[in-house]
Amino acid sequence: MSLLLKSKAGMASLLPKKELYGFLVLALILVVVLPLSLDIFRLNLVGKYLTYAFVAVGLVLCWGYGGILSLGQGVFFGLGGYIMAMFLKLEASDPESTKIQSTPGIPDFMDWNQITELPFFWQPFYSFTFTLIALIIVPTIIAYIVGVAMFKRRVGGVYFAIITQAIAAILTILIIGQQGYTGGVNGMTDLRTLHGWDIRTDNAKYIFYFLCVFMLFVCLLIAQFIRKSKLGRLLVAMRDKEDRVRFSGYDVSNFKIFVFCIGAIFAAIGGAMFTLQVGFMSPTLVGIVPSIEMVIFCAVGGRLSIIGAVYGALVVNFAKTSFSESFPELWLFAMGGLFIAVVMAFPNGLAGLYNTYAAPKVDAFFAKLFSKNTTDNSAPPITPATKPVTKTESTSLPQGALHEPQ
Amino acid sequence: MFAEYSTSELLSIFAMQGVAGLILFSVFVLMALGLAIIFGQMGVINMAHGEFMILGAYVTYLTSNVFSTYLPDLFSIYFILAMILAFLVAGALGAFVEWAMIRHLYHRPLDTLLATWGLSLILQQTYRTVFGPREVGVTLPDWLMGSYQLTETIELPINGLFVMCLALGISLAVALLMYRSRWGIQVRAVVQNRPMAGAVGINTGKVDRVTFALGCGIAGVAGSAFTMIGSTGPTSGQLYIVDTFLVVVFGGASSLIGTIASAFSISQAQSTMEFFMSGSMSKVLTLLFVVLILMLRPQGLFTLKVRR
Repeated sequence: MSLLLKSKAGMASLLPKKELYGFLVLALILVVVLPLSLDIFRLNLVGKYLTYAFVAVGLVLCWGYGGILSLGQGVFFGLGGYIMAMFLKLEASDPESTKIQSTPGIPDFMDWNQITELPFFWQPFYSFTFTLIALIIVPTIIAYIVGVAMFKRRVGGVYFAIITQAIAAILTILIIGQQGYTGGVNGMTDLRTLHGWDIRTDNAKYIFYFLCVFMLFVCLLIAQFIRKSKLGRLLVAMRDKEDRVRFSGYDVSNFKIFVFCIGAIFAAIGGAMFTLQVGFMSPTLVGIVPSIEMVIFCAVGGRLSIIGAVYGALVVNFAKTSFSESFPELWLFAMGGLFIAVVMAFPNGLAGLYNTYAAPKVDAFFAKLFSKNTTDNSAPPITPATKPVTKTESTSLPQGALHEPQ
Repeated sequence: MFAEYSTSELLSIFAMQGVAGLILFSVFVLMALGLAIIFGQMGVINMAHGEFMILGAYVTYLTSNVFSTYLPDLFSIYFILAMILAFLVAGALGAFVEWAMIRHLYHRPLDTLLATWGLSLILQQTYRTVFGPREVGVTLPDWLMGSYQLTETIELPINGLFVMCLALGISLAVALLMYRSRWGIQVRAVVQNRPMAGAVGINTGKVDRVTFALGCGIAGVAGSAFTMIGSTGPTSGQLYIVDTFLVVVFGGASSLIGTIASAFSISQAQSTMEFFMSGSMSKVLTLLFVVLILMLRPQGLFTLKVRR
């Protein structure tokens, strides 16, 4: 954060005071409060929840700002997770520790499926550098292909949602079907070391937690930068009236493709952090159900607030864990109710609730505290009371435009 | 890969797989018809469509239990009644959902998607609580069992034939309703231009509710038919929802013919390939083809030409 404070002038436009406080509070909670108050088991869980926050932040950009609802973010989360898992799995299956297999030196699930040789696409994953590069490049390429194919033809809205969902379905079926190459339903388990360093110790878990928080803040700052830039404003303009932006001479599809790729990269980083912290990766995190759940994290947090997305991911997952520990029957009811409520009753999520009810009081409190600073010209994005409401209303089309061409 | 089969064997394989494909096609058509009405005509994404289908399946299951316990004499005709009941129950629930939820969200299609997904979760858990997590199957009456021997190597399952006839009948009924009835004209008018339809005196709210209820009712019948060829569990609906949406989108959202044509090509492709490779790979390839074609031709196979 010290880097943040250095170039104050540039920062002021990127992070107006109110938002800076939002970031600082989140940082305080994640870096100080939670590690001090939770034991390592719970902290590891929080770390796992935070990996979903990466996806949720990406979705805020794509969906909240760009109006592109992707129901296939699990694909990118999964790709990131699997790419990291492939590297760890190869390291865990050196000839020494797999000598009881009929073919030593290949991952155990390949051996179980009568595969005697490491497939070619596994070979490069011996290299950590390659893994890190692939982690970013592969999801970007896939998002780019999908984005170009869809957005250049002006496909959007619900069609895009259905197609991305189908892609999530395809990838899940493929992973489960190709058991010998991917580990099937069980996924890749039994991941042990990273460069000879045991990733299952408490010490490693602490380090990964902080790495995860750090990466999350990097992503948050990138997202904030995009929001504040011209691109962010164009995205909002496109979401609300795409044709007008197009007629103003902008190539709408390129912006959409770009933001979709960014969302994919965030999700992939989240997936990789998931593998590192949880120690496995499986198709249950790739398919349709997790992908839609990731959308709900974003919706609960507030689809227009990147900080809200992090809280959304934390709150929903915390609720999920505690509900399914104590009342497993009720969890799906609660989750279903949450989906309906967040759409019908409070479409701006936690951030909206905060802005409507808590923000005025907090503002008044701070105004009293430092009675000199209240003017802030650069359009505060965490806006007072009414602004977010108007924002959603502007996304909604008038009655007559219900069946606008997609 | 054809080398080890003789010509007549190959012919039989294709015929049998073709029939299996036709049965799959009929189920797809039944499921997709409801969705095509709701999504194609109203522009509403109903992610709970699979759960409406399963509701129909459970209604059939209950009816069959009631008949086998109290009215064993009439058991041979219970299926007809079960289908009517399935239609009514699913349709009633559909009308309620439209009234409580969907009508507030017509101008936010993406939000409808999330809300109906929530609904589907609730319905799933309800089924699990009421009927238990295990899959249930129904006992078919005698006249639906067995198969019809066409030639020495080709035989046709009778329940499959029944499902096919059902799909055909319902498609015809829907087509008549959409294109030859007063109500159909109203629906299409509302689709094309809602304010104008309202201005000429069509009660658009009512048309929406009836349309949605009809779509859900057809899903219920589809579920009822589904019990004849598979067992029903609380999550069975979710397995089909993506396929069904793809069928509708692939066919071109507002075209009934397109829906049927795409259901045909997808089911045939899948079941023919299934014989030569694993089920999962054939499904992956089929879905992949569909997605690729949709990327090249996003409006689907058939489109309704409307000046907007």
